[in-house]
Amino acid sequence: MIEKKVKIINNAGLHTRPAATIVKIASKYKSEFFIFKDGMNINGKSIIGVMTLAAAKGSELKLTFDGEDEKEMAEEILDYFNRGFDEL
Amino acid sequence: MKSKEKSNVYKGIAAAPGIAIKPAYLFKKDIEIINNESIADIEEAISSFNEALEKSKNELAKVFSLAVDKLGEKRAALFEAQIMILDDPILIEKIVSRIAEEKMNPEFIVNDEISKYQDLMISSHEPYMKERSQDIEDIKNRIIRNIRKKKWKSRITEEVIVVSESLTPADTVLFSRMKVAGYITNFGGLTSHAAIVARSLDVPAVVGVHDATENIDDDDILIIDGFNGIVIVNPTEEQLNEYKDKLEKLHQLDKELAKLKDKKAITKDGKVINIFANLDLSEELEIIIQNGAEGIGLMRTEQIFQEYESFPSEEQQTKVYTEFAEKLYPLPLTIRAFDIGGDKVLPVDVQEPNPMLGWRGIRFLLDNKELFRSQIRAVLRASKHKNVKFMIPMISSFSEIIRANEIIRECKSELTEEKIIFDNQIEIGIMIEVPSAALLIKDFAAEVDFFSIGTNDLIQYMLAVDRGNDIVNSQYQEFHPAIIRTLDFIIKEANKAGTRVTLCGEMAADFRAIPLLVGLGLDSISVSGAVIPYAKSIIRNLDYSQINEFVADCLKCKTEHEIHEKVNKFYFSNFGDSSHEFYSN
Repeated sequence: MIEKKVKIINNAGLHTRPAATIVKIASKYKSEFFIFKDGMNINGKSIIGVMTLAAAKGSELKLTFDGEDEKEMAEEILDYFNRGFDEL
Repeated sequence: MKSKEKSNVYKGIAAAPGIAIKPAYLFKKDIEIINNESIADIEEAISSFNEALEKSKNELAKVFSLAVDKLGEKRAALFEAQIMILDDPILIEKIVSRIAEEKMNPEFIVNDEISKYQDLMISSHEPYMKERSQDIEDIKNRIIRNIRKKKWKSRITEEVIVVSESLTPADTVLFSRMKVAGYITNFGGLTSHAAIVARSLDVPAVVGVHDATENIDDDDILIIDGFNGIVIVNPTEEQLNEYKDKLEKLHQLDKELAKLKDKKAITKDGKVINIFANLDLSEELEIIIQNGAEGIGLMRTEQIFQEYESFPSEEQQTKVYTEFAEKLYPLPLTIRAFDIGGDKVLPVDVQEPNPMLGWRGIRFLLDNKELFRSQIRAVLRASKHKNVKFMIPMISSFSEIIRANEIIRECKSELTEEKIIFDNQIEIGIMIEVPSAALLIKDFAAEVDFFSIGTNDLIQYMLAVDRGNDIVNSQYQEFHPAIIRTLDFIIKEANKAGTRVTLCGEMAADFRAIPLLVGLGLDSISVSGAVIPYAKSIIRNLDYSQINEFVADCLKCKTEHEIHEKVNKFYFSNFGDSSHEFYSN
């Protein structure tokens, strides 16, 4: 299992478009992907779940990846977070 | 039966004539009341949940395909997320397993499960999360609505009178496929969809009965009197007998009128008026032909295709239009282009503040060229027997006619190139329903083959009255002097230019208005199928020399009240018998 902390760096935060993109990326992989924030534990393959996360600029999230292709999955998703959801 | 007090009689607006005595069926749309019954058949419940998901996906895709350019990126993303929710594996698995474990109605589980996410959103301090919760509410309600729709379809097997708060076009189309003997709604006016569809299907309707849904229960026996706008709940013996008697007389009158089927609508002094029919639903064609229409003067295509989950392709449209054209041949079929408004395609949160003044009719079609072209091509392909005409709604400026004509020309040359047979001389007309078009009629005449006056919209735009708004709809006056004079102007100008003009609004369905309309010089009118025999019998008793004077009088009036009185006086002094006896005032 891979565990990583990420910070939201774009101005608009984790709004609907990036939420949808994260779920789309996660769905390509077999591994499990969870997002932890404020005591909530959200399945990253569930769009309605990810949409419930209020994550403004500067907030920190914990991500976990678990499964056969966890490495590739983590890489692509972390990259997307680090690019500020392509909104920088 | 216990004798009841007079309080079992409710008054509303008489929206479609006729009488029926049938049990009530309450159509509850309020999503707030969630059905929490338990279920026996788990498999059936799960499959109806899955069907509702499919249906919701198709609905959203249909809306999205048209609105995407106008939404902007932010809204478009939200829309995409809504569609993704319908595919959300975690959510769906959870709902399905809960239905199986808890053996509860799917709408209860859907509501409970999705509401959990909404609660999380609302509890957040970010203000935009509250908005987002509203979006989730939309999708939740859409799924629940679709679960219910399927249930209604299977439940209505006997003839019933539908009682509802209000009915949308989609609801009425759904019911038109079932045995509905009448409609009663809390809200709405004469031009509401329930009213129009009821008239089309020739069943009575009473609308604007404010507490109908509160005072009527499922299976109550109802008398609906669509002539007088009366609803009687659980009638007394006496009331029942009175209405059974009326019903019998009505059948007699219908038989009399049926004899006029093959007779022309010709005035006593020999002027022939062509009577065409308006068509909203495919089911109507039979009534229309039976009642002796001389063709279809207005086929509302947006209504015909309401039942399709996505927008119909050129092929599907060609098939439908051709079938109608062939069934009617040699009588003419006038097809109106889709009159879709922004309020029907935009998601709730970006809906126009004033859709009636917004993105509708020709404006929408010119912005959705592919949809417009698919319809033009289909209409042309259906015109090979030369009995098809095409009509464009909501024209307000000259440039719109020029652009539409250009697209029609392009489609024609494409079809010529593809060696497809069509009527190259197909008549193209426009609706006159915006005041600016009425004023510019002379200039428009050179560019089109015919005009069709749409009174419903013309009245609401001229008088600045929203006909669906209970508070002001008494100001929606079809006999307003400005309306009568405008009709006079349109007809005179069109006649001068030698361009044919017809009238297809609900105004022509008001028996009392027919002498006035004929007197203003219209050569044809288009009405609901059920009205045709009545219209014929009125016209056959008119004398042109006599109505000329009556019309000249009306054109001089300063108030709607004066005109109304003259119209009533003329009607009842000339046609006091027959249909009159069903009207108690």
